[in-house]
Amino acid sequence: MIIRRTDLPLDRDAHARFLPWLIAFMVFLAVLALAGVLVVNRAVERWDTGISGTLTVQVMPSQKTGDGAAARQRVLDDIMDVLNSTPGVITSAAMSEARILELLRPWLGDLASDADLPIPQLIDVTIDPDAGVDVSALGRRLAIAAPGATVDDHRIWLDRLVRLLRTVEMVALAIVGVIGLVTIGTVIFTTRTGLAIHGEAIQVLHLIGAHDAYVARQFAGRALLLGLKGGLIGFIFAAPTLMAIGYFGERMQLEAMPVDGLGLVQMALLAALPLIVAAIAMITARVTVLRTLARMP
Amino acid sequence: MRGAIRGFCRQRGLFNPVMSEKNGDFVVRFENVGLRYGLGPEVLQDIYFDLRPGSFHFLTGASGAGKSSLMKLMYLAMRPTRGSISLFGRDIAATSRRDLPALRRRVGVVFQEFRLLNHLSTFDNVALPLRIAGAREQELRKHVEELLTWVGLENHLKARPPTLSGGQQQRVAIARAVIARPRLLLADEPTGNVDDRMAYRLMHLFEELNRLGTTVVIATHNQQLVERLGHPVLHLDTGRLHTPSRNADAAEEPVATDDGPPLPYDPEVLNYL
Repeated sequence: MIIRRTDLPLDRDAHARFLPWLIAFMVFLAVLALAGVLVVNRAVERWDTGISGTLTVQVMPSQKTGDGAAARQRVLDDIMDVLNSTPGVITSAAMSEARILELLRPWLGDLASDADLPIPQLIDVTIDPDAGVDVSALGRRLAIAAPGATVDDHRIWLDRLVRLLRTVEMVALAIVGVIGLVTIGTVIFTTRTGLAIHGEAIQVLHLIGAHDAYVARQFAGRALLLGLKGGLIGFIFAAPTLMAIGYFGERMQLEAMPVDGLGLVQMALLAALPLIVAAIAMITARVTVLRTLARMP
Repeated sequence: MRGAIRGFCRQRGLFNPVMSEKNGDFVVRFENVGLRYGLGPEVLQDIYFDLRPGSFHFLTGASGAGKSSLMKLMYLAMRPTRGSISLFGRDIAATSRRDLPALRRRVGVVFQEFRLLNHLSTFDNVALPLRIAGAREQELRKHVEELLTWVGLENHLKARPPTLSGGQQQRVAIARAVIARPRLLLADEPTGNVDDRMAYRLMHLFEELNRLGTTVVIATHNQQLVERLGHPVLHLDTGRLHTPSRNADAAEEPVATDDGPPLPYDPEVLNYL
């Protein structure tokens, strides 16, 4: 598609000189937005899979402390029996009091260590996400074994978080789409201007017997070159920007909500963006020329 | 060689004149053709004529008589307002737009205002029809250089048209029109900017092409040229075509002249269109 010799002096068009820089800016924005989409998507999937593979069983203090340590241990054993006999449960482990206090400290501060403060017993349960564990049925069985015991599958807050992140993802995708439309619009404008400027030469080619595709190929080849140039410039600026964002993001992220960087596939997709934009520019130019020339006799 | 050329043409979907033009067919046929620009008056009215393969005609008429409009209809730059035009036996109105380029490649045109591409060199301007027809670079180079040598522009292969004189530009335009050996050659005032010697030399080129089977129509004001060469005349007067001075239907032997050397290239090799 790239042709070295053209019959039209498209490389001298002043109006087309800004096109690579505009495409560079668009690719720069698109790379950042798409990287955001990919990171959010990866994080959501990780959290979804990671948390949906865990349950927390909570035994309230009234039951836990009722008849002393022996009674508490008996209740805990009953709960463990129920969990271990449930298909799909991989592991179950009671959390130590020290670990529970550590988890509460960010919210309660030193109050968490107060001996009078009733602390629930927590049991971490790992389940096979594909086993289809019926959490409601498990909760009912646990309530029979240990009245007041509840099961938390984190679904309520997770669903809200995922919804929020999906919205962010959609907004970022919409931004990528708008960037694509602006790029297409710019290429259409540039191509139409080129058609107007070179109208006389195109008419001569036409009268000599050139097919519309012959003329379109020259515009498409030029748009491909300009698109590649702009795409590479944009990517060269976007790559260090992404690395800087990744570096600061890594330092800021919470331990409870780890965010992975980009995988190889995601990075390959971002690296392919300049090529994709160049291909879009080429196809847009070709279609624009063919549609315009179709009006000639 | 002929078989190889036909194979080349078939591979590229190009016209093969030997197969398509039978005796009795018309290269051009106008029936009751009228043309008006926008809502203005008809600049061409009730035009009827046929051109047989191998004929040679002059098109004469005063300025504004409609010569250029008639030429535009013949080289398919415009469609008539009414009537029917057939080119190489095909009704233009019934021909799809996709098929028109193939017809146009069989028509060589020397435009009155040359219409050379100023950003291209002389060589590239002349090579344009062959490139459009899909000829390979190594094939076309020799023929383009030979033809440019024949029209006296061998030292201007790389020159851009704006650096050439009017006469030189006209010769480039003529070379571009004939390089692909068209089946129909239309020339609008092709000798208007050259001296008499070059004018007869160029006319000799047209006649040689005509002898090889190309149908030629030359619009001109040069009455001396018309009288000397003696080909039939299509005369336009205020948009109406007058009866030719000789029978326009008759394929005729072109007048032999002794101006200039023989054609510079083997027409078989250039029989792309």
